[in-house]
Amino acid sequence: MDEITITRHNELVDPVMHIYGWEIAVYLFIGGLVAGMMIISGYFLFKGRQKEDLCSCYTIPLMGIVLLSIGMFALFLDLDHKLYVWRMYTTFQITSPMSWGAWILILVYPALIAGMLIRVPWFMEEKFPVLKKVSEFINVTPGRVKAIGIINIALGIALGVYTGILLSSFGARPLWNSSILGLLFLTSGISTASAFIHMIAKNKDESEMLAKADNGFLVAELFLITLFIIGLLSSTQVHQDAAKIILSGAYAPVFWVFVVGLGIVIPLIIQYMAVNHRIKHTPIAPVMVIIGGLILRFVLVYAGQLSHWTKKAFLE
Amino acid sequence: MARFGMVIDTKKCVGCMDCVVACKTENNVPEGFNRDWITTDVKGTFPTVKMQIRTERCNHCDNPPCVDCCPCGASHVHDLGGVVLVHHDKCSGCKACIAACPYDARFIHPDGYADKCTFCIHRVEQGMDPACVSVCPTHCMYFGDLDDPNSSVSKLLNSRKYRALISEAGTKPQIYYLD
Ligand code: SF4
Ligand code: SF4
Repeated sequence: MDEITITRHNELVDPVMHIYGWEIAVYLFIGGLVAGMMIISGYFLFKGRQKEDLCSCYTIPLMGIVLLSIGMFALFLDLDHKLYVWRMYTTFQITSPMSWGAWILILVYPALIAGMLIRVPWFMEEKFPVLKKVSEFINVTPGRVKAIGIINIALGIALGVYTGILLSSFGARPLWNSSILGLLFLTSGISTASAFIHMIAKNKDESEMLAKADNGFLVAELFLITLFIIGLLSSTQVHQDAAKIILSGAYAPVFWVFVVGLGIVIPLIIQYMAVNHRIKHTPIAPVMVIIGGLILRFVLVYAGQLSHWTKKAFLE
Repeated sequence: MARFGMVIDTKKCVGCMDCVVACKTENNVPEGFNRDWITTDVKGTFPTVKMQIRTERCNHCDNPPCVDCCPCGASHVHDLGGVVLVHHDKCSGCKACIAACPYDARFIHPDGYADKCTFCIHRVEQGMDPACVSVCPTHCMYFGDLDDPNSSVSKLLNSRKYRALISEAGTKPQIYYLD
């Protein structure tokens, strides 16, 4: 027997830490999705696709703003000292990923707004005539649009990576403590964004291009998940124990069935057949990818909180 | 510069919880929460059983991840003795520091901010020991300046076998347990 008993029963901490709930999972998912959308629309702008009338780069920024605001609201709901949220913006803490994230989010909005103003949305045109002037200013040279594209790509990457680093910087939670997590969440974000835009794109070329690209992102995601697990398994005992939570423990069924199976492998097969014209494109595969991405965040947020260091009882 | 720390003699601790009660009284710790607690370790099968009882709290780490991760600058290292503290009116309740602490030493106070052991800095600044140390009936706890070779804590660490909890997590905890 090797038993540890403690007299502490602090809420949210005992018997296992459970400080983060759906709010953080949803926030990380939306953060990744918007990051992916910014990268895609930035790429379209960089390639000069805004010349195409139906280019998704005209719809993505506004949707990004709305989605991100929902995500930030979820984050706000998670705070326990809500009236003091502004304290994040009276300082910049260079060692704190959350501080980086708070400031990245502040930069993301103007980048999305600049993207939106390349062509002012019709319902704003009449109410805010000044926007037309801004739009004209942006469109003076193609270089300016391209610059907005590059800024969106850069901030999209920063946002996507940050959603992973937020968790991976916690050395105290071994399951999260993997440098792969930033890349995994970024890739998953681009993949879910591709799936989302593929579904709503009015331009057939773009829709097809994104389905093909998403197949690549899904393969990359499988590769990163493998690396993530290998990394944990080849590390210390606490990291190996952490990996077991998703390999064979409490979160294994939902991880393998919903994240890997229904969220990556099956939609990959469906979408592979669709881009090779063996079957028709349907929303089934992209919806599976999006739900899989959401469940990935839920599994990692919850399972990571189960992982912990153990206090060795005695000198060996 | 002083470096405050604690040395706890596990051969003397009987788990009476006086330190827990003293802390709750001294610091008005709200009902249902603890800044310090008792851990009992039992290892082996009868008759070869080993047991250790020890009092635990925030380790006032020298490399505190809870301070590094704080987005508001609320968690900070105090000028005096490297004590890790929280400015309540800067804390947003984001809970990053709770996730960052390998010891689960922090909690969210019912008023919304992050809370934990302060080494009773308000007493220490007046030259007193922390409340827990001062009430221990077996005198198993010692508080002092680890940088001063003549302090009781430094002398104990020089003469006895000791270890810190989860030192492999790399936070450089400043509470030492004598075996
Ligand atoms: S024990 Fe935890 S709360 Fe205390 S200083 Fe170390 S990491 Fe921070
Ligand atoms: S809960 Fe408060 S003290 Fe802890 S990291 Fe967040 S803002 Fe800082």
